[in-house]
Amino acid sequence: MYGFEALTFNIHGGYLEAIVRGHRSGLLTAADYNNLCQCETLDDVKMHLSATEYGPYLQNEPSPLHTTTIVEKCTLKLVDEYKHMLCQATEPLSTFLEYITYGYMIDNVVLIVTGTLHERDVQELLEKCHPLGMFDSIATLAVAQNMRELYRLVLVDTPLAPYFSECITSEDLDDMNIEIMRNTLYKAYLEDFYNFCQKLGGATAEIMSDLLAFEADRRAVNITINSIGTELTRDDRRKLYSNFGLLYPYGHEELALCEDIDQVRGAMEKYPPYQSIFAKISYGESQMLDKAFYEEEVKRLCLAFEQQFHYAVFFAYMRLREQEIRNLMWISECVAQNQKSRIHDSVVFIF
Amino acid sequence: MKLFEDLPPMDHLRSEDMSLVQIIIPVESAHRAVSYLGELGLLQLKDVRNPNPVDLIVFAFDSHRGSCSVFWLVTPATKMETKRFLLNEDKSPFQRTFVNQVKRCGEMSRKLRFFGDQISKAGITASPCPASQQVIDLEELEVRSSEHEAELLEMNANSEKLRQTYNELLEFKLVLLKAGGFLVAAQNHAVPPETELVENIYSKKDDESVFLLEQSVQPESSSKAGLRFISGIICKSKELTFERMLFRATRGNMFFNQAPAGEQVMDPVSGEMVEKTVFVVFFSGEQAKNKILKICQAFGASCYPVPEENSKQMQLTREVSLRLSDLEATLDAGNRHRNKALASIASQLWNWIIMVKKEKGVYDTLNMLNFDVTKKCLVGEGWCPTFAKPQIKEALEHATIHSNSQVGIIFHDMDSFESPPTYFRTNRFTHAFQEIVDAYGVARYQEANPAVYSVITFPFLFAVMFGDWGHGLCLLLGSLILILHEKKLGSQKLGSFMEMAFGGRYVVLLMALFSIYCGLIYNEFFSVPFHIFGTSAYKCRDSSCSDAHTTGLIKYRDPYPFGVDPRWRGSRSELPFLNSVKMKMSILLGVSQMNLGILLSYFDAKFHGSSLDIRYQFMPQMIFLNSLFGYLALLIVIKWCTGSQADLYHVMIYMFLEPTGDLGENQLFWGQKELQILLLLMAIVAVPWMLFPKPFILRKLHTERFQGRTYGILGTSEMDLDHDPDSARRQHHEDFNFSEVFVHQMIHSIEFVLGAVSNTASYLRLWALSLAHSELSTVFYEKLLLLAWGYDSVIIRIAGLAVFAFATAFILLMMETLSAFLHALRLHWVEFMGKFYHGDGYKFKPFSFKLLADEEN
Repeated sequence: MYGFEALTFNIHGGYLEAIVRGHRSGLLTAADYNNLCQCETLDDVKMHLSATEYGPYLQNEPSPLHTTTIVEKCTLKLVDEYKHMLCQATEPLSTFLEYITYGYMIDNVVLIVTGTLHERDVQELLEKCHPLGMFDSIATLAVAQNMRELYRLVLVDTPLAPYFSECITSEDLDDMNIEIMRNTLYKAYLEDFYNFCQKLGGATAEIMSDLLAFEADRRAVNITINSIGTELTRDDRRKLYSNFGLLYPYGHEELALCEDIDQVRGAMEKYPPYQSIFAKISYGESQMLDKAFYEEEVKRLCLAFEQQFHYAVFFAYMRLREQEIRNLMWISECVAQNQKSRIHDSVVFIF
Repeated sequence: MKLFEDLPPMDHLRSEDMSLVQIIIPVESAHRAVSYLGELGLLQLKDVRNPNPVDLIVFAFDSHRGSCSVFWLVTPATKMETKRFLLNEDKSPFQRTFVNQVKRCGEMSRKLRFFGDQISKAGITASPCPASQQVIDLEELEVRSSEHEAELLEMNANSEKLRQTYNELLEFKLVLLKAGGFLVAAQNHAVPPETELVENIYSKKDDESVFLLEQSVQPESSSKAGLRFISGIICKSKELTFERMLFRATRGNMFFNQAPAGEQVMDPVSGEMVEKTVFVVFFSGEQAKNKILKICQAFGASCYPVPEENSKQMQLTREVSLRLSDLEATLDAGNRHRNKALASIASQLWNWIIMVKKEKGVYDTLNMLNFDVTKKCLVGEGWCPTFAKPQIKEALEHATIHSNSQVGIIFHDMDSFESPPTYFRTNRFTHAFQEIVDAYGVARYQEANPAVYSVITFPFLFAVMFGDWGHGLCLLLGSLILILHEKKLGSQKLGSFMEMAFGGRYVVLLMALFSIYCGLIYNEFFSVPFHIFGTSAYKCRDSSCSDAHTTGLIKYRDPYPFGVDPRWRGSRSELPFLNSVKMKMSILLGVSQMNLGILLSYFDAKFHGSSLDIRYQFMPQMIFLNSLFGYLALLIVIKWCTGSQADLYHVMIYMFLEPTGDLGENQLFWGQKELQILLLLMAIVAVPWMLFPKPFILRKLHTERFQGRTYGILGTSEMDLDHDPDSARRQHHEDFNFSEVFVHQMIHSIEFVLGAVSNTASYLRLWALSLAHSELSTVFYEKLLLLAWGYDSVIIRIAGLAVFAFATAFILLMMETLSAFLHALRLHWVEFMGKFYHGDGYKFKPFSFKLLADEEN
């Protein structure tokens, strides 16, 4: 396969790659965003979106529109596209596509478990779940009392089961536990995905390892920042970092020791790719960090489309679309709350 | 050439004369004027505000500058000064003038779509277009549609509620029937009755739970601990995972019993019928109960209490059945009511949809107009056919009068540098042929239109390949059916294949007529020759030659009067004879069609007054083609007339290899050698003639034109011509690039020279396909029908006939028709149209209600 994937790639992957590239060209353009930013009401947003690929999904919505409806319908489009691609995919692309959804699954599991902990209605929680991360017995998660039960009852059937090996404890669930569980799961997931991509080899491995390494590093930074000032010990913190990525292993050592945001900054600035991100934000500020990371991610995802005959385009497309939906959500929120001056605060343009 | 000068003008050959017009409409009559224009459907308005999407992006990027420019426009026709105000920043769609109306129309069409959905879900097929069309205006429609929507939504909500109750009762009944059976079976297993206790769990959302509670309270059984059970119903698809989950949650301390419900229950969300399974879970302990209940909830399983005793079960079942029938009656009544409401909507829906579509079209068009600076007039530009100007004027006058406007609508011509759209007036007969040509490329404005010739040449070339008058009759029958039912078929929606056949019905008709004609010439009727035009010219030398060969036949009378002598069929020399005829015929047809193509390029050049093209393109092309292949055609004709034995291959090949050599027995006429040398020389001269002079002359003309002009054109800051969005008035500075022109000419010449050979050879497909067709039908006839007829069994004969009919219908009539069609298409697109047709125009798309209504239906 190495180096020769271009010879045979199109036998199975050609059609879907064409499809995904077609979808990618349907992403909103600069002109679209420019027009969206000038909208006065959500109806204007709808009207503008009806001229884009979102049109068929929004056209039958009755007029008093809500941000949630817009986001829901846009997500529905993404899900439809994903399902179509999954239906058409053969091995190993289908596995690759399934890997993409595991992240959403982890989020959904955490959402339900946290929700039940705070005694929310399961039905209500289910509506909030990302449709890509749904699995059959997800509603049963509410039954479980602790991690062990969670695993034994529900998750053993799901693809997430192997990731659980590290976090099976008999402790009762609480917020802290759940958060640690999420990060442990995510770490295991990213490592598994990384190994899978390495196994695929070729351009897929090359590009995906770059994208996943970025993801892992971003998570490491976020974990560090979020755990500052909590009772999480340094060792525990270190355990949550994924065992690959640019920061692994020396950067992790440094991050584990950080006590405030400026120390994180100091640790990160030793790595040239991240210098530019931290150069954008002023000292002591962590609010804009998310946006800076998103922007960098979008840039990298767009680059994935520059090369042909690999699977990373699927991953990149899903992420880009997700970012676009986040943008739409932010824009419609701003429009709905009449805060148009703040639109540019959080929108990450995809070009 | 004098002959061509005197020909009458060929109107059909060229697209309609178009003019760029400007209309200035007072605001108060704008809506009416545009809708009248829509009725008329002869004006294509240009989007003045949004010249093209590329500009939009550019504007988006420098929108922060926000500068605007005002400029004055003097229109030559009226010498009227119109002040125009153009925002440099382009407006996005929702900032246009009539955006609110467009939104309203969108909202209304959403409602109408909702009605349509509901109607198709309810399965109502009301008469779509009742004669009584009461005219209602848009406001009324808006009010009415909102009323209807609210009414429908309420009815839906009500019926959904009822349906839910009904479903629950139905499920309860099913559970009672099935689970009762389990319980009875369990009791019969000699377990002491007091250890089996019933836990009654009630689904909390039931309105009639109170009622159920009263019926099924069993105080004596719930007090003791021990084995309990929960009964309920669940979707069949979820049953397996449900059981597994229960097993895991209770660590196996449970007993799960299930049975298919037997009846399908409607899913209230999707409205589909779903298979369900009734289950009973036996377990012990309070904690297990909580867990199981939670799992039930998570899986969407509904739990219903079942009393243990038989008598109570019976009683409950009776009660439930009673209530079920009550509910059913209510549901039915509700449905009837709803269907009636929907039917009344359905009768009007079609008209409403059309109306909203028209209204939306009007506002979309209005949005393309610009406000002038006083905000009292709308200004728009568009294309219309010149002949339609009086009609448009009249419509606009009507609009002024009907809307009681004091100011008239101004309508006048404008100058244009842009190429106008192409508009051919077609009727239902020529439409399909025009479509065939348009599929290759829409003609440039006022370019010679090959569709005029295609009307005859296309079906004829098809028929040459499809010559069989039996098959032709089948085609004729099919096309006649389509044409006779034209009215009925035209109004209804057809499948994609039928649509295609219906669209091309007149093409098929002509194809059929010509294939009957060619079939008569080839003398083939399902490959069988007939003696239609008298008896054969040949007869047997003696009585023993029933399976005749040429040697056994002697010619004893005049040739067969029309077409191929039937005696050729089956003879040893049949193929060599037919091949020779068809091959030569193909070349004759090809050479004449290509000549026609080149002639058309002459008419085009003459029409556009380009003597350059006539002298340095048309003439050498004509000479080149005719000195080589025109000569071949001449030889063929001479050979046919004189009956000479000369070998034409030899003549043609040695004309190049050894022009001065002796022709020997291949000489057809006196002076042939000298003529050949002359023709060869002419062909050789023609190549540089078409290659070199034109680009050099163009360069000379260009330098002459710009000799005196050493100064550039002054640009003004106010009027930047390059940024003028009205591209029609934009000046075109032609940059003359000699190398580009030369390379283009070179490509063109090489293409023509090589094409002359390859295109002539390409026409041989006429022969090849005709041969294939006749051989195939011979095979089917002889190897299927005659073979089967040889047996003395009715079954085999019928089977043989059936297979023959099938093969004829699908292979010969459908596949062969398609392939002959495609080859005829290619001959027209490449060999014929390639000689003169540019096909880089764009179609005239008028704003027309008729087109709008046709668009989606």
